[in-house]
Amino acid sequence: MASRLLWASRAASYLRISVFNRGFASVVKDLKYADSHEWVKVEGTSATVGITDHAQDHLGDVVYVELPEVGASVSQGDSFGAVESVKASSDIYSPVSGKVVEVNEELNTSPGLVNASPYENGWIMKVEIGNTSEVNNLMDSDKYSKFCEEEDAKH
Amino acid sequence: MRGGLWQLGQSITRRLAQAEKKAVARRYYSVDSELKKTVLYDFHVANGGKMVPFAGWNMPIQYKDSIIDSTVNCRENGSLFDVSHMCGLSLKGKDSIPFLEKLVIADVAGLAPGTGTLTVFTNEKGGAIDDSVITKVKDDHIYLVVNAGCRDKDLAHIEEHMKAFKAKGGDVSWHIHDERSLLALQGPLAAPTLQHLTKDDLSKIYFGDFRVLDINGASCFLTRTGYTGEDGFEISVPSEHAVDLAKAILEKSEGKVRLTGLGARDSLRLEAGLCLYGNDMEQHTTPVEAGLTWAIGKRRRAEGGFLGADVILKQLEQGPSIRRVGLISSGPPARSHSEIQNEKGENIGEVTSGGFSPCLKKNIAMGYVKSGSHKSGTKVKITVRGKAYDGVVSKMPFVPTKYYKPT
Repeated sequence: MASRLLWASRAASYLRISVFNRGFASVVKDLKYADSHEWVKVEGTSATVGITDHAQDHLGDVVYVELPEVGASVSQGDSFGAVESVKASSDIYSPVSGKVVEVNEELNTSPGLVNASPYENGWIMKVEIGNTSEVNNLMDSDKYSKFCEEEDAKH
Repeated sequence: MRGGLWQLGQSITRRLAQAEKKAVARRYYSVDSELKKTVLYDFHVANGGKMVPFAGWNMPIQYKDSIIDSTVNCRENGSLFDVSHMCGLSLKGKDSIPFLEKLVIADVAGLAPGTGTLTVFTNEKGGAIDDSVITKVKDDHIYLVVNAGCRDKDLAHIEEHMKAFKAKGGDVSWHIHDERSLLALQGPLAAPTLQHLTKDDLSKIYFGDFRVLDINGASCFLTRTGYTGEDGFEISVPSEHAVDLAKAILEKSEGKVRLTGLGARDSLRLEAGLCLYGNDMEQHTTPVEAGLTWAIGKRRRAEGGFLGADVILKQLEQGPSIRRVGLISSGPPARSHSEIQNEKGENIGEVTSGGFSPCLKKNIAMGYVKSGSHKSGTKVKITVRGKAYDGVVSKMPFVPTKYYKPT
């Protein structure tokens, strides 16, 4: 009996945490997502990259974004910069391969845009992609939502 | 962002407590249920606490407020922290003072009854086993609080020396206050809020003072101290009254004092220039190198008589070869283990903790540099992810402290 009660109280507190940790993060339908929590919007051979709402929510207040250089080459799955929050620093990984054609200079003065507008004003870089079929390795919004839920539930 | 967000939480926790690296503590990571919980655990969860493993405990890293908002609110209004994971301990017996003086650098005999100080437990080489706030309650009663991550090794160290001391006829014994919980109430509203809950006049209790008094109907140990640089208190309360006391404090502040987690606590102590044991002080760091020479009592400097005194007294005479300094830098925030170079690009030291200051809105850090490069205003380079950024050695605290002292 005692152990059953203990189990119940553990389960209850566990559920309450899960509810809090989940639920707020949004996804956008037309984007593709990497398991390292970056999104990419592909239009022809042009790709815009940022970090997801789920990622910014877990990072907390972003205070610095290390942008790549325009003209630099990036490869799918390789680090191209970093996002620093008050809590920690986190490398960011490119969801596509190609050449950086533009970076969001506004993040130099307003890194908080990553928190306030992760899918719009908080974009990080634009890439001219070489191989568009690479995008098929990424998740769609439904799959990514499930991926986040599972990842949160695990911990 | 790779490796999963859970690992991010882990990295934060590691940054907050390097003591976590110890193999013993790592065991606690495997399953959540193996983590210890304070009596306020359900209260934290109900208030939106994001719980993370910390020194073997499941503790809130933050609540619903962001870490920036929490940090700023502590300095503008106030913060309430659950720090029950820390280990409160009483030494009793007529020889408590001579016993403790063998282990710490403080002039314990010279403390007035009911007052305390920050001190360091040293090893034979003069290195720091832990830092601790100790209070002389009476000549035969010392109350101290040690770090959660150091609990096991501290207690083993004290016990070993206590056995030897008693074998020679010394009168000392200990009581570990596991029946109590510890709350830290910090910020400008700390005193006015707490005054609603006690009949004792708090304006007569100054920084470093200790009293046993009735707060919200429970007999508490009150120390006017903290880890934020603000005025405030640490309240050791019988665990069965801890949740009621936390609720009463929040209510009496009319919501201005906010529950605050370990994330903001780390920002606050960094802004105040206070060491985090495991990051800014380790087994091989002496109090002189750490800039805690002020904590070595005058009499202790003359007499020695504590572990590692020969090393420490020699360092006092000759000056240490490295020193803890404050740093302000451009670019990304410097984190622990970032290399510090002089203007010629030569290695002169390493950052031990650093981050973005929510109150100053710039990057602050502390670290150790070679003596000679330690003067405030010295220009340095700090390396983050392979790139060198401009930095300058700066005075600490970064944010002025507001301890309540007699005028």
